[in-house]
Amino acid sequence: MRHIAAADTGDEEGEGLLVRRIKNGTVIDHIDGGEALNVVKILGIAGTTQEALSIATNVPSKNMVKKDIVKISNRELSKEEVDRIALISPNATINIIRNFKVCEKEGVEIPTMITGSVRCPNPGCITRTNEPIKSRFAVLPGGKGLRCLYCDSVITKDLTSYII
Amino acid sequence: MSFESAMARLGGSSISVSSVEACSMAKGETLADTIRVVSGYADAIVIRHPKEGAARLAAEFAKVPVINAGDGAGQHPSQTLLDLYTIRQSMKIDGIDVALVGDLRYGRTAHSLASALALYGVRLHTISPPGLELPPALVSSLTEQGMEIIEHDTIEEVVRDLDVLYVTRVQRERFPDSTSYFNVASSYRITPELLAGARKHLIVLHPLPRVDEIDPRLDASPHAKYFEQSKNGVPVRMAMLLDVMK
Repeated sequence: MRHIAAADTGDEEGEGLLVRRIKNGTVIDHIDGGEALNVVKILGIAGTTQEALSIATNVPSKNMVKKDIVKISNRELSKEEVDRIALISPNATINIIRNFKVCEKEGVEIPTMITGSVRCPNPGCITRTNEPIKSRFAVLPGGKGLRCLYCDSVITKDLTSYII
Repeated sequence: MSFESAMARLGGSSISVSSVEACSMAKGETLADTIRVVSGYADAIVIRHPKEGAARLAAEFAKVPVINAGDGAGQHPSQTLLDLYTIRQSMKIDGIDVALVGDLRYGRTAHSLASALALYGVRLHTISPPGLELPPALVSSLTEQGMEIIEHDTIEEVVRDLDVLYVTRVQRERFPDSTSYFNVASSYRITPELLAGARKHLIVLHPLPRVDEIDPRLDASPHAKYFEQSKNGVPVRMAMLLDVMK
């Protein structure tokens, strides 16, 4: 028998677990289909890692047709990380797992401001220099893009390629 | 120079740093540090900088008011204030037809002026070489504010409908070779003949310096207001300095 929350399994079709449960950590569920690797990038996992990481992409979902899931052991996400995930996957849910149980489950909210985690696409922007400042972007209404607060450049496409 | 003139006429003095070599930035100092230091030397900072957003950064680190006198290809708001003042001397701004001509992509005076004109219900006409059109993000912002923007291929097709013709310099470095530059530059040249069918009250503005964009024969025309515009830079900048330092 397996009595765990659906959010922790990616098992909404009842065809068995895709990956093992985690004891402690975070399950990011309902990621837009195909965006899981970008979520992993946001989490800063690009090379060697100590954490147990499971990624499921384009799995069947009742509500989303296809969704991605990322499970990461022994790590709880910061607000900044959750905000960045919201930008590329506004339907994602964040499940905090402690001792195999979902202790917290929250949707993500598109923030109004993004600081320090997105590179301005404009090479002439002052944020692309060695000045002691972080990039700052206002999120456009509906999360349709980002506007640099320094040079007013707008990012509407391929946002993940600008994530630092 | 006009800010220095403005400050002198207000009875104050100014310390000018006209090149990176003349300050500690040549030694690798950041703009942020330079601004912190200069904040202790002056009652206001007027900054012109090649990077977009530099003035905003300066305002974050300064302890005194900062005026943006041009940031890269970004904005030039003090020029816009004197542009508006010059237009207002000739006509009401609300609802008029204004054409922006030249390098509208990198032309910071055009960016700031277009943004300001959106507040007056102005119909904006743009004439620029391919690749040098207004930045799409700015166009989106302006149209969201309800501004009507009409692109034209030539000045001739719209000149009869204009109240203001705002000409900017097309910079040679934007083109792959001299021939391409001269071909484009000549097609955007304002001449007395071009304005023959224009409205009587049309005014021609230019932020200066000009190169070949405006035929010198036009200087004596009642349409030509660019030197008056330049002169207006002093009282407008006096007003700005007074306002930020009071």
